[in-house]
Amino acid sequence: MPAQVITITSGKGGVGKTTTVANLAVALALEGAKVVCIDGDIGLRNLDVILGLENRIVYDIVDVIEGRCRLKQAMIRDKKLPELYLIPAAQTRDKNAVSPSDMNRLIKDLRNDFDFVLIDSPAGIERGFKNAIAAADRVIVVTNPEVSAVRDADRVIGILESEEKGPGSLIINRLNPILVKNHDMLSSDDVLDLLAVDLIGIVPEDEGVIIGS
Amino acid sequence: MNEPNSLLQIKGLRDGLLVSLDDAPWGDQRVALLTQVDGQPAFFQGARLALDVASQVLHVNDLVELRDELSERGIFLWAVISESPTTEKTAQLLGLATRISKPRPEESRKFAVEDLGEETALFLNRTLRSGTRIEFSGHVVVMGDVNPGAEIIADGNVMIWGRLRGMVHAGAKGNRNAVICALDLSPMQLRIAEEVAAALKPRENPKPEVARINKDGKLQSELWLPG
Repeated sequence: MPAQVITITSGKGGVGKTTTVANLAVALALEGAKVVCIDGDIGLRNLDVILGLENRIVYDIVDVIEGRCRLKQAMIRDKKLPELYLIPAAQTRDKNAVSPSDMNRLIKDLRNDFDFVLIDSPAGIERGFKNAIAAADRVIVVTNPEVSAVRDADRVIGILESEEKGPGSLIINRLNPILVKNHDMLSSDDVLDLLAVDLIGIVPEDEGVIIGS
Repeated sequence: MNEPNSLLQIKGLRDGLLVSLDDAPWGDQRVALLTQVDGQPAFFQGARLALDVASQVLHVNDLVELRDELSERGIFLWAVISESPTTEKTAQLLGLATRISKPRPEESRKFAVEDLGEETALFLNRTLRSGTRIEFSGHVVVMGDVNPGAEIIADGNVMIWGRLRGMVHAGAKGNRNAVICALDLSPMQLRIAEEVAAALKPRENPKPEVARINKDGKLQSELWLPG
């Protein structure tokens, strides 16, 4: 069966897209799925750091697209999970080095070899974001329970709808139940009230994540 | 430079070319345009192109594809003009202009109230999310919410069957009798004609409200009651 292509995006930066991609990828690989993650944040790559694969990068996604290496050569295998791969972003280029049609071509080549392709979108709604959603079968929007992050998520969902990618599914990240109880933080109901999309997960705030990275 | 199978017309503008497409399936028009271009590469090379697609409904993929194909041929697509709101929105999303500046006769700022009766209304059966901007020369009716960061600018009245939390400007051409009503009127900002009112407090138990300019010339909201 061809792979499902899932893009993780948010609009606002720093809400936990990359952490979400890394965790989803590891979880899927632990379940026995063949997974490849693509870092779409060209120029500001992070996913390699979170996955602990930084020192193994030889070729990156731009090298593949510009024909300097074969796709297989840019895929870095995880240290512990042999079915988990990363295609890193280029650090010394910018988003314009890749076009949506480049992404479509690249992902077409991956579809038959994997169960899941996870794409880590950059923040913003410009070229990098357009690249990241170009080939997506499904989009997951990550937000934090704060007004500016929810506003940006709303904007992103609007764009997804007009690009016929569906409204996407929502993950609310870094919810602090104590603050919510004291009415000092938006609750998941407040967020859903505005965004009106399918909520697939709530991740409570945990300082272990910061220590872990 | 009309071709026998004239699906399109090409005109020179001050700063580029304007291609107007006739009503035909999009696929045919695209082929016709690219054929025309490939037939006279020297003429088109390096051109700035504006495309008038009439009432054609185009989605992002259509325009992206065409833009890529044109740019491969050294042509810069900078504007798409359309009568279809969907196509306009698509073009805006892609950062294309949707208007080419043609000198237009100055429109009168005053909007005669009697004329409003004949104006059409735009009915939107969806929620307007942040970043959406609706401009319409008549009334606007929304069945859904208007989220913070969304904007509606209408020459007539605006009626929201849902929560209004964005920005609405009714009577944008100066009609002070225009009204704005919503099931939950908690906007960022309201404007009627030249009057502006800033963020009303979100209601505990929202009731339908209507905002209008009162006798003292102030923008004010009151319960929206039948009759």
